[in-house]
Amino acid sequence: MLKLTCFPTFSHFAVDSHIIMSKRKARDAHLPVGECIKQVQQILRERFCERRLPDRLEGVEAQYKHLLELLRRTAIHGESNSVLIVGPRGAGKTTLLQCVLRDLQKEEKVQKNLLQVHLNGLLQTDDRIALKEITRQLHLENVVGDKVFGSFAENLAFLLEALKKGNRSSSCPVLFVLDEFDLFAHHKNQTLLYNLFDVSQSAQAPIAVVGVTCRLDVLELLEKRVKSRFSHRQIHLLSSLNFTQYLERVWTQLSLPDSFPDKKFAQEWNAGVKTLCEDKSVEEVLQRHFNSSKDFRSLHMLLMLCLSRVSVAKPTIKPADLLEASRMCFADTTANMLHGLSILELCLVIAMKHLNDVYEGEPFNLQMVHNEFKKFLHRKSNSMYNFEQPVVMKAFEHLQQLELIRPVDGSSAKVQREYQLMRLTLDHSQIMEALQKYPQCPTDIKQWAMSAFG
Amino acid sequence: MTALLQHPGYDEERLKGVAEKLPCREVQAGMLLSLMGQPHQYSYPSIFIYGHRASGKSHVMHVLMKELELSHATVSCVECVSIALLFEQVLLSFFGCDAASLLPRSPSLSDFVRVYRQQCSQSPAKQTRYIVMEKAELLRDTDASLLSALLRLQELVEDNVTVILLSEIAWDKFRPNTGCFEPLLLHFPDYSKSELQQILSQNVHPSYSAGFYSAYINILLGVFYSVCRDLRELRHLAALNFSKFCEPLAEGKVKETDTHKLWKHIEPHLKKAMQTVYLREVSSLQWEQMQQMEEEEAGALRGLSAHTHVELPYYSKFLLIAAYLASYNPARTDKRFFLKHHGKIRKTNFLKKNEKTSNHLLGPKPFPLDRLLAIFYSVVDSRVAPTASIFSQISSLVTLQLLAQVSHDDQLDAPKYKCAVSLDFICAIARTVNFDIVKYLYDFL
Repeated sequence: MLKLTCFPTFSHFAVDSHIIMSKRKARDAHLPVGECIKQVQQILRERFCERRLPDRLEGVEAQYKHLLELLRRTAIHGESNSVLIVGPRGAGKTTLLQCVLRDLQKEEKVQKNLLQVHLNGLLQTDDRIALKEITRQLHLENVVGDKVFGSFAENLAFLLEALKKGNRSSSCPVLFVLDEFDLFAHHKNQTLLYNLFDVSQSAQAPIAVVGVTCRLDVLELLEKRVKSRFSHRQIHLLSSLNFTQYLERVWTQLSLPDSFPDKKFAQEWNAGVKTLCEDKSVEEVLQRHFNSSKDFRSLHMLLMLCLSRVSVAKPTIKPADLLEASRMCFADTTANMLHGLSILELCLVIAMKHLNDVYEGEPFNLQMVHNEFKKFLHRKSNSMYNFEQPVVMKAFEHLQQLELIRPVDGSSAKVQREYQLMRLTLDHSQIMEALQKYPQCPTDIKQWAMSAFG
Repeated sequence: MTALLQHPGYDEERLKGVAEKLPCREVQAGMLLSLMGQPHQYSYPSIFIYGHRASGKSHVMHVLMKELELSHATVSCVECVSIALLFEQVLLSFFGCDAASLLPRSPSLSDFVRVYRQQCSQSPAKQTRYIVMEKAELLRDTDASLLSALLRLQELVEDNVTVILLSEIAWDKFRPNTGCFEPLLLHFPDYSKSELQQILSQNVHPSYSAGFYSAYINILLGVFYSVCRDLRELRHLAALNFSKFCEPLAEGKVKETDTHKLWKHIEPHLKKAMQTVYLREVSSLQWEQMQQMEEEEAGALRGLSAHTHVELPYYSKFLLIAAYLASYNPARTDKRFFLKHHGKIRKTNFLKKNEKTSNHLLGPKPFPLDRLLAIFYSVVDSRVAPTASIFSQISSLVTLQLLAQVSHDDQLDAPKYKCAVSLDFICAIARTVNFDIVKYLYDFL
């Protein structure tokens, strides 16, 4: 794919670097292109998979300062706090928290003092599991060989006792991080949340509870007694960036750091990225992505697709790569699936579309669809598609398996298969578009689909 | 081919082997490899691969993993009836059986992640680990958080792990309502007709030439392509019918090059195969036996669905007939059909043909027990007492699934039923008791 055309640049580049290397007598190391590409892939992949924290956060300085100050007060002065970080998915909530924690850890006093407990609503699906996890992460005395003894009630009592005994000055502050906070609110009686917030309100051991969630209405999920104990401090991460900032972000995400071993390569790469960002067609594509979503994760996905097209033979990102990646991101998945249907299945879909048009979205069954199809065949007096009912039923069931049609009610066992009521999950435009793209679609079928009301 | 051969970090010889094993899927495999990157590099946390049945999703993954010797766990979600099995399998193939035994009796996701992390710190990943989940659509029916957690497993276990989901269903139908970490979507397009021809032509019968076999495949695709694009099904049909195709050759009637005569010979045979073998009416073994029996026509053997005749007691037959009439006739016409002196009913009023669709299109309607019994007494000639045996016959018809009870099981007074048999079936039943059912059906007046 595209590789041979780019080969000359590669050889030129290799020779170039070789000459310079001999000139400067290898003052700073020049690596072969393969090695450079490997490094680039390594660095950028870690960045896009969010395995490495950025050195500096952009656009959320105020929130960063707020959170850092809050957690420092807990860690150093022993204040109990609770805070919620709220923002849509992919807005950088976890990154913000991780950055704050990293910078907090740099202070020596904090490093010795602060205990951290990380919980995730996806993993700790009920309070019992969460409690076990807390005891484990705090390395409490009754934990022997990773086995927790005692019942839930005992465990909770023990933990609360341990927390209550402490006071502001003497005991170690504990930081609770609750990822997917809204899922914790679905636990029975919200016992865990109640107890955590209760400890944070009363003068017991200093704890900070940091909830991370993507639900804006998370406070409505809390019970009254829990809600009243929460400090109502919220940090919103609502993306307020405009398109120029977005472009800048693309640039910073793609560019190599100064610490890159081969300086020359890094410079050329960064220059290449700069010209890429200034390209008109690239800008258009990015504008389209920006319009559909501002979150960084979808941007990372796009850039990851671009990066995967970088190889030794083609050591830069070209606008064409970005265009191709964007095309992959925006591909209509349902249309892709419709493309692979057989003619018979497509005919059934068209018949369903006509039924939908005539009866205004009323559900249908196989008999009606087949009847509609037979009417078409009768009109055309074309015996090519004259299939028997069982063959049609097999096609119908395949459509159901692909979830292109959905049964109206779940009680499938009681009704015969041909009389089960179904609904089409495709809309008009999707069918027409699929029909245009369908390879070697017979003309009469196309016409039948175009004609209003069958 | 060239695209596959240029991935640094993998052995070139092996890549060549991979390319040979994946006909018509080089592009997809190449793309997948470039997304996966070099073995020690991070790959995207989750990749979702979708495409039709038998479009080579599992095959490509299997060949890549096996040939390149990547560390992987392949899990079929059909087999994993409980999530414990899933966790066990993943841990087993990454860390050996000691790790799997560390899981408690009924493990939660939290336990799995804990054990995984523990093991991972002991033997950190030098290469990306892959978890391949086949039939991923079944993950939606399990624990709600399982899918979301798997999609961000890389972050949760802090290891270089990538989850690859394979499914027939588009990603839109997977997304949980609070959102999740979006996977990379990768589409495996369906095979085109020429690609199918190319793949199917590969398994040539050793005693015939390649051209001959591909001519056969061409004919086969001509018959079946408009109905079925499933490679597996087509391959099965090709293997079954090939001996029939070679028959005139063995008899010495025609030469290999005489495609027209061969086509004339095989085409009706293939059409018959569509109605029988393709629908599994006749098993493959029976089909092969039928081909050997010269005198007996293919399809003369009764298939599965021909065995619809059920022997029923006399009253049960009438009960079933009554149920069919009650289901498919509107209640207002009962007077006209079943009362001897029904008074004046105007014919125009009775035959309201403004009802556009017939009941045989809409399906059976539910009816109360009283109506069933009333019709039963009027169609059966002799006087029948409403004994316990009549009622028990009704309930045994329900258990035979000839009737379906619509109302709740616990409702003793006025239960409602639906008739669940086809027109052919009821006609056959009615013939055995000399009852002309068509005369009593509103649709056929």
